[in-house]
Amino acid sequence: MKKYTFRGGIHPPEHKELTEHKPIVKLDAPKMVILPLRQHIGATLEPLVKVGEHVYMGQKIADSDQFVSAPVHSSVSGKVMKIEEYFHPSGMKAPAIFIENDGKDELDPSVKPIGDYRKLSPPDIAKAARQAGLVGMGGAGFPTHIKLMPPKDKKVEYLIINGAECEPYLTSDHRVMLEEGEEVLYGLKVMMHNFGVDKAYLAIEENKMDAAEHMQKLLNGDNSIEVCVLKTKYPQGSEKHLIKAVSGREVPSGKLPIDAGAVVNNIDTCTALARVMKTGMPLIRRIVTVSGLGVKKPCNFEVRIGTDFQTLFDAAGGLKEDVKKVIMGGPMMGIAQYDLRTPVVKGTSGLLALLENEVIWEKEMPCTRCAKCVDGCPMGLMPLYLSAYSKKEDYDMMIKYHITDCIECGSCSYVCPSRKNPLQRIRIGKQLTMQRLREQKK
Amino acid sequence: MDKKLLVSSSPHIHTNQYITKMMRDVLIALFPALLAGIVFFGYRALVITLVSVASCVLFESLWNRFMKKEDTIGDLSACVTGVLLAFSMPANVPLWLPVVGALFSIIICKQLFGGLGQNFINPALGGRAFLMASWPVLMTTFVMPFQPMPLFSSVANIDAISSATPLGLMKLQGEMTGYMDLFIGQIGGCIGETSALALLIGAVYLICRRVIKLYAPLAYLGSTMLFGWLMGYDGFMTGDPLFHLLSGGLMLGAFFMITDYTTTPTTNLGSVIAGIIAGFFTILIRVKGGYPEAVTYSIMLVNIITPLIDKWILPRQYGRVKKHA
Repeated sequence: MKKYTFRGGIHPPEHKELTEHKPIVKLDAPKMVILPLRQHIGATLEPLVKVGEHVYMGQKIADSDQFVSAPVHSSVSGKVMKIEEYFHPSGMKAPAIFIENDGKDELDPSVKPIGDYRKLSPPDIAKAARQAGLVGMGGAGFPTHIKLMPPKDKKVEYLIINGAECEPYLTSDHRVMLEEGEEVLYGLKVMMHNFGVDKAYLAIEENKMDAAEHMQKLLNGDNSIEVCVLKTKYPQGSEKHLIKAVSGREVPSGKLPIDAGAVVNNIDTCTALARVMKTGMPLIRRIVTVSGLGVKKPCNFEVRIGTDFQTLFDAAGGLKEDVKKVIMGGPMMGIAQYDLRTPVVKGTSGLLALLENEVIWEKEMPCTRCAKCVDGCPMGLMPLYLSAYSKKEDYDMMIKYHITDCIECGSCSYVCPSRKNPLQRIRIGKQLTMQRLREQKK
Repeated sequence: MDKKLLVSSSPHIHTNQYITKMMRDVLIALFPALLAGIVFFGYRALVITLVSVASCVLFESLWNRFMKKEDTIGDLSACVTGVLLAFSMPANVPLWLPVVGALFSIIICKQLFGGLGQNFINPALGGRAFLMASWPVLMTTFVMPFQPMPLFSSVANIDAISSATPLGLMKLQGEMTGYMDLFIGQIGGCIGETSALALLIGAVYLICRRVIKLYAPLAYLGSTMLFGWLMGYDGFMTGDPLFHLLSGGLMLGAFFMITDYTTTPTTNLGSVIAGIIAGFFTILIRVKGGYPEAVTYSIMLVNIITPLIDKWILPRQYGRVKKHA
């Protein structure tokens, strides 16, 4: 079998064995859910409910008239207690709606099956996706309806479903494929109908062969969907590298995947879309892998969005004494958390608890130009020079060495034997350079 | 939870490789060659190596103290320089020679430019070039293997038993040394350079530990063989590639010096180019130049053009393509 891959990248220890064979456990909704008004890339939402109001499960409680946004729905039925700034997984604070759960899970009357997707036209599918608050479930949270509406002059040739799940520890997509494979395929069929393509690709890393075989079996000879087995390598799940591996094409620098004729969607986005079509249920739940050596019983959970991290860790047997770092997402691109009262958002694919000896780095040494970061960079950049130029604030050289192409995957910092963490410097340089370029344009 | 959590930007994990551990790996990889040196040239090979390492560490430590900097001898890079410097001198040099070499390597070549990662030439090679230029007789008077040497020797009483290296014999007298002797290292030469076998064992270890990559070494060895064949001692295309491969400091240079991170190009293609250039100059000097051996100078030359190579040769970048469809 042909195995798909890309140039560069790294092989961190996977640690997937902690949870890959653990079936998804459905968690009861907590007494109080906290729903931040910013769970996607784009504009912050305006609340549509008032304090003291009763809301139903699945009721839209916040929205925005901006194009790049997706509404938020209540994940329980109950009473709106307060709307105020609260802990957000990004590390900053953001306004959130607090809803006290009455335990009845009364469904909002507006939640009705949309019906046969084949009778819908593409704009209607995108509209339904937006109404249901769908965003990319991989972490970045790009609103799905925008991806479902490519510009008229661009043709989609490669519709790719991202089952790479290349971050260590995370197994939520793996479990979804094994347990809800039919839903994944249904959602993918909806997307194929939306884009009017008769071919789609389901890309899975070879460390999940059971999922790949399971999906192949479910396809039952259906040739319109091809299961592509990818070599296990980080960051294979990066949109750009997935497109490169599957289609051989590269997304031109500074452009979008659609410019290479490709659209990439996440596994769980497919199931969410399938659910919207079949039941009309908006995005109010998600699968979260709770793992790491600091967790007593690592698990995969299905939780209501808005559940706080502490509840998840408690359900996973609690945290060990010497936990030093809690991360939302994977260990390569996830965000370190400082408070366990922070709620699960649409992009929370995992929660990791790492021990002290895993997260304390050795002393930083000088760069020896060993070039391991150059070999590791999947974008073909020179992290050692970029971080040095960033330190010097040399914008001309940063532009010349294409700092804005950095995808911030962290491969350079992972491989650095001097523990220099070049990405940290590059991130700052990239922000400043982009700001400068924008100002120059004006 | 009342305990404070650590917060930092991603990534949150890192590789096990660490500079100090990699330097330790290099020292381990150099050990077989040291053993071979001791077998062929006696205890004096060990003494010279120890003196050289001790002086390198001492000078680095003194420099740090003098400059009021944190002591850096713990990173083991000074030890590596010390071993490489000792390896590129004969076993019968007086004991003060490695001390002077260490002074030049550590202070002039390394610390004056900013220490680890900042030097523009390989410190050990710089030290050797300095000694070669200053005390050419001491640096090129070799003894045959298994010759007893007094600890405090002088050149005078060594003269009687001195021999030329296989490269010198070939160049000056057209005399060929057997491949097997060259491979095992039972020949006149520097402490750590003679045994290709021992150096190859070390190289395999470094490759397995992912400390070095093969681009530069293979390019260097390959181009030395190619140009060695093209530019024969007796004319065009008459050379003996195998002889050049096994002679002189080529193996040490290819696996332990042109692989030095700081002074060689960062890209794979750049490394190959550096290796090819070094191979060309090695043969040019060996066959046409004034010295019988040239690994030191050819690699130093490459060290100097490394910034240029790094400026011109960039990795192939993702997304630098014309628009599709």
